[in-house]
Amino acid sequence: MADKTSSNAYWAANVRVILISLAVWFACSFGMGIILRPALSGIMVGGADLGFWMAQNGSIYVFLVLIFAYAWKMNKLDKDHGVDE
Amino acid sequence: MDQFTLNLIVVGLTFALYIGIAVWARAGSTAEFYAAGQGVPPVMNGMATGADWMSAASFISMAGIIAFGGYEASAFLMGWTGGYVLLALLLAPYLRKFGKFTVPEFVGDRFYSGGARLLAVICLIVISVTYVIGQMTGVGVTFARFLEVDTSTGLWIGAALVFAYAVLGGMKGITYTQVAQYVVLIVAYTIPALFISLQLTGSFLPQLGLIGSYAPSGGDVAFLAKLDAVVTELGFKAYTADSSNYFNMFLFTMSLMIGTAGLPHVIIRFFTVPKVADARSSAGWSLVFIALLYTVAPAVGSMARLNLSTTMWPAAITGSAFDGPAITRADIDSKPELAWVKTWEKTGLLAMKDLNGDGQIQYVNEPAPLAANTKAIADATKAKDDAKVAELTAAREALLAEAQVGTSGKTFAEMGLKGNELTTVNNDIMVLANPEIAALPGWVIAIVAAGALAAALSTAAGLLLAISSAISHDLIKGSINPNISEKSELLAARISMAGAILVATLLGLNPPGFAAQTVALAFGLAAATIFPVLMMGIFSKRVNKEGAIAGMLVGLVFTSVYIFIYKGWFFIPGTNNLPDVPASYLFGISPLSIGTVGAALNFATAFVVSGMTKAPPQDVVDLVDSIRVPKGAGAAQSH
Repeated sequence: MADKTSSNAYWAANVRVILISLAVWFACSFGMGIILRPALSGIMVGGADLGFWMAQNGSIYVFLVLIFAYAWKMNKLDKDHGVDE
Repeated sequence: MDQFTLNLIVVGLTFALYIGIAVWARAGSTAEFYAAGQGVPPVMNGMATGADWMSAASFISMAGIIAFGGYEASAFLMGWTGGYVLLALLLAPYLRKFGKFTVPEFVGDRFYSGGARLLAVICLIVISVTYVIGQMTGVGVTFARFLEVDTSTGLWIGAALVFAYAVLGGMKGITYTQVAQYVVLIVAYTIPALFISLQLTGSFLPQLGLIGSYAPSGGDVAFLAKLDAVVTELGFKAYTADSSNYFNMFLFTMSLMIGTAGLPHVIIRFFTVPKVADARSSAGWSLVFIALLYTVAPAVGSMARLNLSTTMWPAAITGSAFDGPAITRADIDSKPELAWVKTWEKTGLLAMKDLNGDGQIQYVNEPAPLAANTKAIADATKAKDDAKVAELTAAREALLAEAQVGTSGKTFAEMGLKGNELTTVNNDIMVLANPEIAALPGWVIAIVAAGALAAALSTAAGLLLAISSAISHDLIKGSINPNISEKSELLAARISMAGAILVATLLGLNPPGFAAQTVALAFGLAAATIFPVLMMGIFSKRVNKEGAIAGMLVGLVFTSVYIFIYKGWFFIPGTNNLPDVPASYLFGISPLSIGTVGAALNFATAFVVSGMTKAPPQDVVDLVDSIRVPKGAGAAQSH
């Protein structure tokens, strides 16, 4: 049964990491790139307003960092819970 | 050396490379044919996924769509990259742990039902076949433009090449060929972009050029501000203008994201890596290689748009466009730097007509009533209805006296214009003619040709593999003949691959007029069927056979019906029930964005139906527990 509780704790931790990552994913694209663009129009990134830049370039950079951060965090979780390969 | 010989040499060299790789990477077992023996390192798999994913649409068409769509077209940029976040977080590691070869196989095992597996096979084939038609058409067009053979010959050459490395090498051959194709296509895309960014903004990196300043007028104004000023003066919507329908833009972006995560030919790429941890990082590497093209695309599009506008109105570089004359027909015919205009006029992708006979070609936007009149006259001319043409032409005078030319404050009549004289600008020339517009050397043009072919061929090969493995593994081994030996299954996989290539080529030769529209169907269905069923299979232990089947059916039927209502039943022209215009859309949701709603209905149906029926059996619950932990992924079972 010890094995079972440990894998339940692992899964709960995994789901928590996924939810936080999805919040970032949503905020940088749908949030800043679409819904909040009018509210962010005063902030400039070079010659573009922040919302426009997030939609055309910025969100892609955030996605990249996000996936690698997730992979790093999960590898750590795998080891902590002894479920790595 | 002339351009044709140069194109032939560069394209020939890349083809020889692909064939060489195919001979080296032959597949000897079904595990190698379906999943490259699970031995592909994550970085290399990322590169192959990049080539697999970036199709003729990404390489040839996307920058042009962004050039004319501006901010609103960002949905493509966010949607086609954000999907990889969903893949990495929600699907790839678990499906790799599951450790089998196809998407329908997971659906069949998790929902303990041959019916669910068959339904997944049907969705997969509809998605992949509609997608592959576009790739084959892209191959034909590129051959026709750069190698001066006719489209059908080009298509057969492309098909023969795919046949050589896909049938021989399966996933193994395709993967290593895609790595080479990725290198070719990314070099081809970025070289012209670097030069053009340097010319227009003084910045070598296109990503910085986009937010940099406009160099030719002295650098005191931002590049984007300059572009906005130039296009609005000509009467077009500003490049950075807000979306007119944020709700639809939101749903469209979401539809492209979950559609991307649900495309079978992308998902199966993550079956090829050795470990679960590799599936996660491989999704990251895929996005690195995809981002190299996608972050450059808005710069390519916006800079090509500005170059086109200042070519048509030379005075736009320093001041306002109408201060000086427009480009003249005499210049186009005599100046060598404008020779590209004539080259592309021959292909019909660019067309101009000196309506007022003043020797200049005035490129301006026609306001809606005038544009409607132009279209009506074109339709009547095509129908040879002379009376109607005369009637519309008479009505045109009043419209010309009324309509304003951009922000000039004058009407068309006051400026002596009869309408917009640049009658056709196809999206695709924004990438294909880019090196010529910027007067880059001939070898750059040859590399762009090789890059466009690499983009189309690599995606076609990935799609064909998804189709053939669904047929040989899910249909033949899964339901018709479960006792088939591995050797016979491998043969069946090769024969179905050959069959799929033949069908794709024939469809590419006679593309149903709806090739572009069917992409909406592919993404919509991937979003509304495959993505939800996979996600529920992993994240819920309660969703059962009945729920999964009902959910997929609802997603499939709802999404296709909504698309058919506006685009025509089975895309047959004239059979649409409602006109395909924003005014008639339900809550303003375009058929392109409906996949998001279909996915939501799929989830809702599956949960409700599962709640009313029996919970899944214990061995299925154990399966879900096992795919949730990475330990013990090992090699895929061939069972």
